Amino acid sequence: MDLYLPIANLSVNALVIVALGFGVGLLSGMFGVGGGFLTTPLLIFYGIPPTVAAASAASQVTGASVSGVLAHFRRGGVDVHMGAVLVVGGVLGSIAGAGLFTLLQKSGQIDVVIGILYVLMLGSIGGLMLHESVQAIRVTRGARPPRPRKRRHHPLVAMLPLRWRFYSSGLYISPLAPLLLGFFTGILTVLLGVGGGFILVPAMLYLLGMGTQVVVGTSLFQILFVTAAATMVHATTTKAVDIVLAALLLLGSVIGAQMGARFALAVKPEYLRFILAVIVLLVAIRMLLGLAWQPDEIYSVELL
Amino acid sequence: MRRLLLLALAPLLMGQAKPRLVPDVSQRDIEIAYSFTGAELLLFGAILYPGGRAPGQDEKPADIVVVVKGPTQSVQVREKEKVAGIWVNAERMRYRSAPSFYAIASSRPIDRIVDERTRAIYELGVESLQLSPASSAAPEVQTRFDKGLEDLRARAGLYYQAPGAVEITDGVLYRARLKIPARVPIGKFTAETFLIRDGRVLAAAVRPIEIRKSGFERFVAHSADHYSVLYGLIAVALSILFGWGAGAVWKRF
Repeated sequence: MDLYLPIANLSVNALVIVALGFGVGLLSGMFGVGGGFLTTPLLIFYGIPPTVAAASAASQVTGASVSGVLAHFRRGGVDVHMGAVLVVGGVLGSIAGAGLFTLLQKSGQIDVVIGILYVLMLGSIGGLMLHESVQAIRVTRGARPPRPRKRRHHPLVAMLPLRWRFYSSGLYISPLAPLLLGFFTGILTVLLGVGGGFILVPAMLYLLGMGTQVVVGTSLFQILFVTAAATMVHATTTKAVDIVLAALLLLGSVIGAQMGARFALAVKPEYLRFILAVIVLLVAIRMLLGLAWQPDEIYSVELL
Repeated sequence: MRRLLLLALAPLLMGQAKPRLVPDVSQRDIEIAYSFTGAELLLFGAILYPGGRAPGQDEKPADIVVVVKGPTQSVQVREKEKVAGIWVNAERMRYRSAPSFYAIASSRPIDRIVDERTRAIYELGVESLQLSPASSAAPEVQTRFDKGLEDLRARAGLYYQAPGAVEITDGVLYRARLKIPARVPIGKFTAETFLIRDGRVLAAAVRPIEIRKSGFERFVAHSADHYSVLYGLIAVALSILFGWGAGAVWKRF
């Protein structure tokens, strides 16, 4: 079933895109991540121009996070106060990211920067997650559990002035820390089309020291608003949001996300984290090879 | 006296002696709709010889070359180079007028029909395109970039040559089929037809073709360009609706 994408200016097989959305949605439902880190590279691999891929993947992440946020809200798993600070940082970050995007596009290094960012981020996060999940699996098999870490925010966070109380997170810290965190993920959202959940969650846990019960809900809350903002930024600056492509991705991913959420209940969480870590590392290795190997296309053309 | 008369009539006689082309295209407008996967153009026409007399069997047959060109673009071509173990864009070259689409069909391989100079004048053949580079560079660098651009476009199906694709019937009717891929840009295209004999262009004719988006595709592209804020809001609303809707529907089962 071929369908012409009006913004990407090419025709694609609609079923392939829906299937791609479904696969990513399945993962996002299972692991609680947006899945943007998979959608963007896969779309580029399929032949969609990188800018259109990043811009349209952001709206898919919005759709994937909606039902998650609603579910966490009902359980009181969202620290709205903290989330609002993160969102403000994220929106500012996405505007800064748009500036950076045009700058890099002009210098012609956008592809390389995107590639390197992906490798660094996915490599480090995947490595950490793999290490952590292997340890957790060994514990369930009867190994001695490591000494529990005391929940505390990072000393650098404690140094920042102007402290606020975040009741649901059980924190008394400077709002500058989540603001900066939000800003950073906002930049990534615009550049890479990712929600940034896999950066936010560990950062909230280990840098800010937030209570685990509100971490996932609050990160989804931030992702929802920041990806929406990133879609707006792309729509007004790069004009690369392809609504047809986004709709196809959404159709697959929302169904996949619901099914994934059911699957997740049947599998032990540490095994889930292990599988996710492996997937993340595989994507990182693939991107690294893409940077190091001689590309198929030595030349690239851009319109002036 | 007779010689003077002949001289006065010479332009008229010569004008008559030249054959004329009557070309046409199967589609003057190509509309891009949701199901657009490319189009096939049929370019056909007749060669009108003076006196309505086609060249006989013993005479050398004429050749027909058909060129379809897309709107020209200013482009920047970048070349990747390995720096510190990774491939990054290094050198670049700007071109003022690279055609966005170029297809050439001929009744025989083009290099057997005309010489290099004529090919360059009429831009016959992918190698003979006048790309008008805007950056100054050494000729060998220039050629390398030209080849890179041509190769890239050729693999996307945007530049191609179809030698032997023009059929000539009884020396007067010709036709050729050319494929327009789905990745083609919108805009004003031209279909040029050349009648060539003995390496000389005897007649040429041009027909315009317009490729544009239609219906929903046109509406979407137009809204994204002119009402970008509203377009963005709709995209966001759509994704929220999808996400929320799927959750709500799923719960009922």
